[in-house]
Amino acid sequence: MSKTVPVTLNVNGVEHHLEVEPRLLLVHALRDNLGLTGTHVGCDTSNCGACTIHMDGRAVKSCTVLAVQADGVALTTIEGLASENELHPLQEAFWNDHGLQCGYCTPGMIMAAAGLLAENPNPTEDEVRHGLEGNLCRCTGYHNIVKAVLDAAKAKGAAVGAPASGQPGVTA
Amino acid sequence: MRPFRFERATDAQQAVALLGDAPDARYLGGGTNLVDLMRLGVETPGTLIDVTRLVGYDRIDEGDDGGLRIGAAVRNSDLAADPRVRERYPVLAEAVLHGASGQLRNLATVGGNLLQRTRCAYFTDVTKPCNKRALGTGCPAREGRHHNHAIFGHSEHCVATHPSDMAVALAALGATVHALGPAGARTIPIPGFYRLPEDAPHRDTLLEPGELITAVELGPPPGRQTRQRYRKVRERRSFAFALASVAAVLDLESSGTVSDVRIALGGVAHMPWRATRAEVALRGAPVTPERATEAAQAELEYAQPLRDNSYKVELAHNLIAATLMELAA
Repeated sequence: MSKTVPVTLNVNGVEHHLEVEPRLLLVHALRDNLGLTGTHVGCDTSNCGACTIHMDGRAVKSCTVLAVQADGVALTTIEGLASENELHPLQEAFWNDHGLQCGYCTPGMIMAAAGLLAENPNPTEDEVRHGLEGNLCRCTGYHNIVKAVLDAAKAKGAAVGAPASGQPGVTA
Repeated sequence: MRPFRFERATDAQQAVALLGDAPDARYLGGGTNLVDLMRLGVETPGTLIDVTRLVGYDRIDEGDDGGLRIGAAVRNSDLAADPRVRERYPVLAEAVLHGASGQLRNLATVGGNLLQRTRCAYFTDVTKPCNKRALGTGCPAREGRHHNHAIFGHSEHCVATHPSDMAVALAALGATVHALGPAGARTIPIPGFYRLPEDAPHRDTLLEPGELITAVELGPPPGRQTRQRYRKVRERRSFAFALASVAAVLDLESSGTVSDVRIALGGVAHMPWRATRAEVALRGAPVTPERATEAAQAELEYAQPLRDNSYKVELAHNLIAATLMELAA
């Protein structure tokens, strides 16, 4: 057995001090050690994007990141996206537009879309489709997913100045 | 995943020293390829040395000549978004954005991108023989599934391709790799940085054991008359490796005459393939449809397709000709 090492995971604004094996993947640290099961494991090979979270405000696939690589980095998971009583505009839009079928890919889709909108607040449909290239929906529900992201961008544009979230690390 | 020891280096000398103490150690960049390979059992390092937090290696610095020195820990997303890169070396930004997906580009580093391994299905399947993974076991791809393998420079020992888009653009731009190892620092030009498989396909590059990529250097930016383009053909529009790609940098005189041209191909060889025969055929006269076709032909007549990938010969031919015509228009 390899030795465990101390790691500080700063998730949704809360610091967690863990002792982990270096081989522990970030997605498993989030789900198994911290109980944050909103982040899903889909393909387990960095293809499908179901495990997408933000590191320092940027979307990454947490199934290909070691927990030790995230030491001290500000992390945001799907659980940290909404503010206390209000859904994030993307969550609202996925709800309104029925941007899901089975829902398994949804947390990753929303986190990837949040990363996309942070970089490009007013994307075209083509830019949304291209921006979600790292996320797969096995139900093939892409039409409503793309619609939801476009609607969320519009809603955010209408609410300029309103903070999207009180959580650090969320730049969407 | 097999257990391993984890170290984090804060400067390059320390990283090299740490690795020197552990022969089965690997440097860890963003991990988007290495962590995958460890999970598959293709890589089983005893120690990982995280080099993403080396102080100063996440910067892009400008030289006196307008060239850029790109730190090895710069993330692919940051490289593609840098205004100086987009303005002076657009072929590089285009190539990077044609690779992987946003989530992977946010993590992947410049050094790691250059050292990513082939996606040949036999290489990544530890139950199969593969000379690149285990030298001397054979190459099932030669007679097996090889529709996306090399048409140039392959050997009886390996027919794999190099998967990087970024490296293809760097080859066309004549970039230089800076490396630091136990014997000191040195520079190696791309594509000379990469090697053909020959009888040692387990080695992708000329790096010696323990050497760490510290930066990639781009020379002075091409002049205003220079046109650049990266085009990539894949089996679907996004998130797929190249069947064939081309990076072209074309210098035209005001008369339209080609004063210089650099063309590199991706997805067709064990390394970014400089199409020097096509380049020679183009210099000294304007680009016309006939000359573009002749130039592509001059290169592709030396292709050696395998049983199931001869389509790549026509694909690369048309890609070169179409890209030249687009740039000259």
